[in-house]
Amino acid sequence: MELSLSTRTQGEHTVLEVGGEVDVYTAPRLRERLIELIDAGATQIVVDLGRVDFLDSTGLGVLVGALKRLRAAGGGLSLVCDKEPLLKIFRITALDQVFPLFATVDAATEAGPAA
Amino acid sequence: MATVRLSFSPAPAHVRTARLVGVAVARRAGVAEELLDEVRIAIGEACTRAVALHRQYGLANLVQVEMSDGGNYVVRVIDRAPIEAGLGIAVLPPEELANTSLTDEALTVGVGFALLAGLVEDLQVRPVDEGIGTEVRMVWPVAR
Repeated sequence: MELSLSTRTQGEHTVLEVGGEVDVYTAPRLRERLIELIDAGATQIVVDLGRVDFLDSTGLGVLVGALKRLRAAGGGLSLVCDKEPLLKIFRITALDQVFPLFATVDAATEAGPAA
Repeated sequence: MATVRLSFSPAPAHVRTARLVGVAVARRAGVAEELLDEVRIAIGEACTRAVALHRQYGLANLVQVEMSDGGNYVVRVIDRAPIEAGLGIAVLPPEELANTSLTDEALTVGVGFALLAGLVEDLQVRPVDEGIGTEVRMVWPVAR
């Protein structure tokens, strides 16, 4: 399945809903979209991975890159993910200690500004 | 023993094909359903790594993937980059990966290896027997 990206605003947060496969081929499109959002002034971004069925190291690298950009600008990035296979990837790589992870978009936005 | 071989130009678009074939052959070989996600990720990471090395060194050589089913499910992903490039990358400990001062590229490589090492119990990274290159060899049990 190809990558799908759609953006919406929820309160103070920009929610980027990602679907399909995020890998070495599609991750550059995710990176471009995140940079566009940050350049357009988004500071609190929630990336909803709920419809992602594959995520590799390239995709994780893109997410960390966006997190660093946002933090440098005083903002934050949180992730929404409740699928065990994806959560396992975050645990193995210790990136669960880097990203604020939430089970739902509402939980992510209600948590206030991401760290 | 059944064998399936796949060779592809070192382009990111083909890594997905390698994953799909690798999982299809694993299923056919009798790898447990609950391991297939790991097989998919691990083959993807090994191929992504090979593609990145070929591009880094400007190599047009095909990346080779060999899947064989002889008691276990064995997948070998072979690149043709200089050995020192392939073997010089150590598995980064988790605290290093969480260090956000790493460059995106270094982080991606470190995360790729962490995934391979974390997902594949039987993993070897070694020089190829003939010529230049590195082989990432992964083995999964099959249920008979």
